[in-house]
Amino acid sequence: MSSDAMAIRTAEAAGRPWVEILHEWVTTVDHKRLGVLYIVYALVFLVIGGIEAVIIRIQLIRPLNDFVSPQVFNRMFTMHGTTMIFFVAMPVLFGFANYLVPLMVGARDMAFPRLNAFSFWLSAFGGFLLYFSFVGGSGLYGAGNAPDVGWWAYAPLTSRAFSPGHSTDYWTIALLVSGFGSIGTAINLITTILCMRCPGMTLGRMPLLAWLNLVMSGMVLIALTPLSAAQIMLLADRYLGSHFFDTQAGGSATLWMHFFWIFGHPEVYILILPCFAFMSEIIPVFSRKPIFGYPVMVGASVCIGFVSMSVWAHHMFSIGMTSYANAFFTITTLSVGVPTGIKIFNWLGTMWGGRIQFKTPMLFSIAFLFQFLIAGLTGIMLGSAAFNWQLTGSYFVVAHFHYVIVGGILFALFGAFYYWYPKITGKMLSETLGKIHFWLFFIGFHMTFDLMHIPGLLGMPRRIYTYEPGRGWDTWNLLVTIGALIQSIATLVFVANLIISYFKGRDAGNDPWDAWTLEWSVSSPPPEYNFATIPTVASRRPLWDIKHPEDPDSRYE
Amino acid sequence: MSTTTAPITQAPPVWNLPYRGTVGMACLIIAESSIFTIFVVAYLFYVGKSLTGPTPREVLETPIFYTICLLSSSLTIHFAARFLERGKRGGFLGLWLLTIVLGGLFLFGTGMEWHRLIYEHGLTISTNLFGTTYYSLVGLHATHVTVGLLMLTAVLLFGLAGRVVPEQSKRVGVLAMYWHFVDAVWVVVFTVVYVVGR
Repeated sequence: MSSDAMAIRTAEAAGRPWVEILHEWVTTVDHKRLGVLYIVYALVFLVIGGIEAVIIRIQLIRPLNDFVSPQVFNRMFTMHGTTMIFFVAMPVLFGFANYLVPLMVGARDMAFPRLNAFSFWLSAFGGFLLYFSFVGGSGLYGAGNAPDVGWWAYAPLTSRAFSPGHSTDYWTIALLVSGFGSIGTAINLITTILCMRCPGMTLGRMPLLAWLNLVMSGMVLIALTPLSAAQIMLLADRYLGSHFFDTQAGGSATLWMHFFWIFGHPEVYILILPCFAFMSEIIPVFSRKPIFGYPVMVGASVCIGFVSMSVWAHHMFSIGMTSYANAFFTITTLSVGVPTGIKIFNWLGTMWGGRIQFKTPMLFSIAFLFQFLIAGLTGIMLGSAAFNWQLTGSYFVVAHFHYVIVGGILFALFGAFYYWYPKITGKMLSETLGKIHFWLFFIGFHMTFDLMHIPGLLGMPRRIYTYEPGRGWDTWNLLVTIGALIQSIATLVFVANLIISYFKGRDAGNDPWDAWTLEWSVSSPPPEYNFATIPTVASRRPLWDIKHPEDPDSRYE
Repeated sequence: MSTTTAPITQAPPVWNLPYRGTVGMACLIIAESSIFTIFVVAYLFYVGKSLTGPTPREVLETPIFYTICLLSSSLTIHFAARFLERGKRGGFLGLWLLTIVLGGLFLFGTGMEWHRLIYEHGLTISTNLFGTTYYSLVGLHATHVTVGLLMLTAVLLFGLAGRVVPEQSKRVGVLAMYWHFVDAVWVVVFTVVYVVGR
């Protein structure tokens, strides 16, 4: 039936002028279309940010390489970091949240559809501004075209004296603008989750995806805004002559670090919580068991939300804080591992004794579990001040946070793509290409980021554009770069899969995975209004109740 | 199209969810509080660290009258919203106008203070750390007052045109929430700038 609907829709689309279709997409306030826009936008930037990463790696493939100049190298790692965090990870996660949350809580749209569209276009404009710096950044000074101050833009590097031209301003304004977009989306998500749930969907019956996005949005409100505030200060410093971060006038460069990391560390959790959300939906379905320990999962998520707000200065152990501060931030950092550990055990508990189906989404999820565990363990290592002093600023740190972001966040995202692509497009992604993608990416990932720890332990500093031969770093860097290239090929397979399956894929039907949450009760892709009649739910797995009226969950809740 | 609904095993009791305007505004207020917190922290961090004068003790005068204006506007907007709820148009419009006047007076007071500081004491945002933090914190608050006044004025114009009816009192209440927040922030800014910071 859904394929008929698809066919009609395609026929309609083919018959209409493209301007009209474009106009529809640009002016849309539908949460599903905005979700798709977010995701496509993020995928474009994923490719751009990936190319920047490959440029960095090619430069480092052998000692004394001169593939790019030191200036270009600085721009590449700045743009790579900024792009991947603000214009890939944030929008893609917001895209999934936008698409899924209303469907999962049984609503017809977000609470504020127009604010939703506004937020998306703000974020999109932010990305455009950042990349416009390649054209407009050098200003009248001929001072270099793209931001080159690192993604954290430490003072006083960002002051007028050290960053003439406009590249830093593009960076600042891009982040400010997209930050406002993120705040708008967070407000929208919280309001949707609290005010738009369908009858019967109490907070205790909400899918964990909604819960985790609620916590994530709350963190965005509290933790992203300090960045906006700090950007306003930086702009005032650069344009109005104020002295917030101007050490010559008594200002403090350390204050910028605090403001940046008050945002910067919770940001990691803002990114990982929606990935936990994907895991909490995918793992139960492919283990054919309900999630293990739902209330504990909710509690652990809220706990992570709180604790992760008080760990930021572990990025700053080496600047010379008092021993009390060092002790405090070590303790909080180590303790955030507790609720995270609870979650890992709960996912394992969900898989334990289940009939596990090794479909592509599940492969990515299982890889996520183990890789995120390792990333967490190196995090514990770096979280203790004494160990941190030895390795901060080395490639060990780079390996650690890429293990979190690629091995954790990106793997979870790939899983989410394979899981929800059928819902979004109505077509299944190819399992064959999916398996090739998984194994290539898995091998490439481990080759790059497992091995990257070692030059870090051997003392290779980060952010250097080249190095001398004979320090024992050469072979490792060669292997790391080869791993990066394998990951690039895997990503191309993924993109090819997205495109080929869209046109040639098997029809998905409403519920290809035999899942239990509300988004699978409607056609794929869902109609504009989502639900013809607003559903009523009586348990955490409403579709299980429909499929098994003789043994509904609601009997046990 | 199989748009299915789950069977109602037991009809949910009365299904009341909070009003989305209130929740949305509460979220915005949380986010704004976080922004203000950063500016307040910067202010407190730099108290007494200016390398040159003028210092707050030398130039600041406590704006008692204008503070009373702003804080009492919280009362007037509250009662204005109550009047609207009960459908008393005259009371609503009168108190709403009074709120705008009180808010405008406050803004005027801030403007006069800035004028005095700039022209009499030569204190600008680039003079010293006090100037930097003072103008940015007070300026951030004044920006919020300005935005609030613009929205209040819009409601007043709609009200004069007879377009604000009791059914919309919830929405007006959301705007009132924002205004209360602006007032509450002033209590913090006042304490930090005029009491602690001197």
